[in-house]
Amino acid sequence: MTEFNLIQIAVAILFLPLVGFAFVLFFGKKIKNAYLFEISIITVTFILTAVLLFNKLSWFPDKNIVSEFSWIRIQNLAVLGNISIDLGFLLDNLSVIMIFTVALISMLVHIFSIAYMKGDRLYNRYFAYLGLFTFSMSGIVLTHNILMMYIFWELVGISSYLLIGFWYEKKSASDAGKKAFLVNRIGDIGMFSGIMLIFNTYHTFTFDKIFTQMAAGTLPFNSEFWLTVTGLLLFCGAVGKSAQFPLHVWLPDAMEGPTPVSALIHAATMVAAGVFLVCRIYPILTGNALFIIAVIGALSAVIPATIALTQNDIKKVLAYSTVSQLGYMVMALGVGAYKFAFFHLITHAFFKACLFLGSGSVIHAMHHEQDITKMGGLKKKLPLTYATFLIASLALSGIPLTSGFLSKDGILQGTFAFASLTGHWLFPAAGFAVAMLTAFYMFRLIILTFHGEPKNKEKYDHAHESPFVMAMPLVVLSTLSIFFWYTPNPVNADAGWFLSKWIKSPVLSVPQNARYSFMKTDVVSSVSKEGIADINNSTTVEGKEIVYSEAYTEAMHHAHYPAMFLSLLVAALGIVFAFIFYYWKKISADKLAADIEPLYKLSFNKWYFDEIYNATAVAFTMGSSRFLAWFDMNIVDGAVNGVATVTRWTSSFTGKFDSVIVDGLVNLVAYFSGFIGLILRRFQTGKVQTYLVLVVFSLVIILYLFKTF
Amino acid sequence: MIHVGLTHFLFISSILFSLGIFGIVTRRNAVMVLMGIELMLNAANINFIAFARYGNFGLQGQIMALFVIVVAAAEAAIALAIVLNIYKIFSTVNVDEIDTLKD
Repeated sequence: MTEFNLIQIAVAILFLPLVGFAFVLFFGKKIKNAYLFEISIITVTFILTAVLLFNKLSWFPDKNIVSEFSWIRIQNLAVLGNISIDLGFLLDNLSVIMIFTVALISMLVHIFSIAYMKGDRLYNRYFAYLGLFTFSMSGIVLTHNILMMYIFWELVGISSYLLIGFWYEKKSASDAGKKAFLVNRIGDIGMFSGIMLIFNTYHTFTFDKIFTQMAAGTLPFNSEFWLTVTGLLLFCGAVGKSAQFPLHVWLPDAMEGPTPVSALIHAATMVAAGVFLVCRIYPILTGNALFIIAVIGALSAVIPATIALTQNDIKKVLAYSTVSQLGYMVMALGVGAYKFAFFHLITHAFFKACLFLGSGSVIHAMHHEQDITKMGGLKKKLPLTYATFLIASLALSGIPLTSGFLSKDGILQGTFAFASLTGHWLFPAAGFAVAMLTAFYMFRLIILTFHGEPKNKEKYDHAHESPFVMAMPLVVLSTLSIFFWYTPNPVNADAGWFLSKWIKSPVLSVPQNARYSFMKTDVVSSVSKEGIADINNSTTVEGKEIVYSEAYTEAMHHAHYPAMFLSLLVAALGIVFAFIFYYWKKISADKLAADIEPLYKLSFNKWYFDEIYNATAVAFTMGSSRFLAWFDMNIVDGAVNGVATVTRWTSSFTGKFDSVIVDGLVNLVAYFSGFIGLILRRFQTGKVQTYLVLVVFSLVIILYLFKTF
Repeated sequence: MIHVGLTHFLFISSILFSLGIFGIVTRRNAVMVLMGIELMLNAANINFIAFARYGNFGLQGQIMALFVIVVAAAEAAIALAIVLNIYKIFSTVNVDEIDTLKD
């Protein structure tokens, strides 16, 4: 396998799903089983990503494979000089791991959907949309420049819109699609402005070139403040796509889409794209930007976790859990735990997809019942779903031997280290609180769904274990939630291949004094130019790679055991509380809810975010729209009508002028001609002799006139 | 003895021409009109001959007169054919009754 082969494979991975999409879209109505084509395409894609992953990690573990071509080349521009806008692929460890995850989950979701969507009116089109989504997501992951990423970013947005509103006959579904799309736009406007700032400064969209130029000292408007602004604007895109506070409101509503879609898009891949974006642009984020990112991440982790406590819709609980976990990742990025954020992104993708598909299996078995208060006792009916769901929940709660334990522990360790270095102890506090809340609401969900007495006897009796195509993805995903895939040591991931070999912290391009104090590299010369050019810092010699100062590494190391035990403790506490409340029923949850009613109401009503937005942003937009409509109707239309009146008046005047003066003149001439004609016709007798007489007379007259004698 | 000069010939010729015109204008019969035309042609012939006699033109005048006689013959033949046709269509040879040119 040469690098060129890998690029060829990447091209195939990108375009195969597009072929599937186009084929199913165009022939879906004629060929009944067109979806099988899409599924085989996605399977081939998955196999290719596996080949890509294996070869990249075995043969080129420290190399970024780039292949680019010039898309638009403009020369001799007045201000910008020569511009070349390149498109291309960047295959580094980050993107091959991500593309593998995307393709794997996409394939499993395709397979799961065979049974889940059976009998749907637009069965084939559903698969076409899944293909479109996979194509767009692959584009985001594989690209080497931010422009192409933005294009695919929007493509992901549109496929998400199509899939959320897939059951568009349902008002709530089409509304949710619109909401997701519009809320995402808000973030994307920020991202677009960020891209423009980048382009304005560096005249290129390619990540590597931006980083190189920045490390060489070029900054937007030559100020670190604007660098921070640029980073935050780009982060806006992630806020929208990854459903971060305050734009998280679309994700729970997006649960109106089919459940496998929620698993693919709104749990594992698309929402992770925001985190992926932050990973990609990590080298340009200043200390201030990172701090704000960490704050937003922390808020996004805490608020939805409290909301998830009281929700009764199985998918809503998982949706808020997703927002909360994404907040975790963003917070981890903000506090500098880059590797663990990406690690959590991957592990979370697997176990959250498993949870969503599991909930899909439950919903399928319960004939589209989503209210967990009406379930219960499903453990006996759905043993396989229960087992996989339990494993994934343990992973999400951070119980040892699972992948979630490793990644979550890493994030908590990062916040702990950050706090010990800077004194912001609220971050670890938020992290541990969320860990406890997560364990609590996940086990509340499990106990209410799978344990206890069935609350709806009729539906319970009809419940049945899902068919093979639905069970298989669950088993695969729950297997991937086990620690073994990432590291041989179940309690410490640092030594594992995932963190030590595959994922490396990037070298920052940000000027030294704009960084966190602990991220300053003590020896300036060690940030060599070769190292900076490379976001994965793979070309520098191992051991010399100085990304964070010794202090941070040290702090991380010290934080390891306290963080681990504390996270274990809070997770266990959360689970125990869940059992006390819902399994043993020692304390009545309803009574407690009544005791702290305001808090309960706040959580149950999702902190009134939708209401607040309706009262402020939506109302403002509607108000301004109404004003603009009024302005259009009265001022603009009035002006147009006024012009029309003037024109009509002028026209009628010119019309009169035409009919009276001009026509009068013409008629006069005609009349005059007629009159002369009337006289002259007398001479026209038709008799040759008369003419002759006239000729002779005229001759005589002419002769007389021209006489020379 | 009166010397007969060019002027006398020209007088005769103009009288003849005027008679021709008079005939053309006053006669109603188409044949008579044709005869008027012949008179006018002959008046022209007299002019040719007279100028040939008194001017220094060689034989040109006589030759021209011969041409005119030939043309007059041809013209008479055609004109009579026309008159015949007119008679066939209008059943008259009266020139003043044939005024379809007016329309």
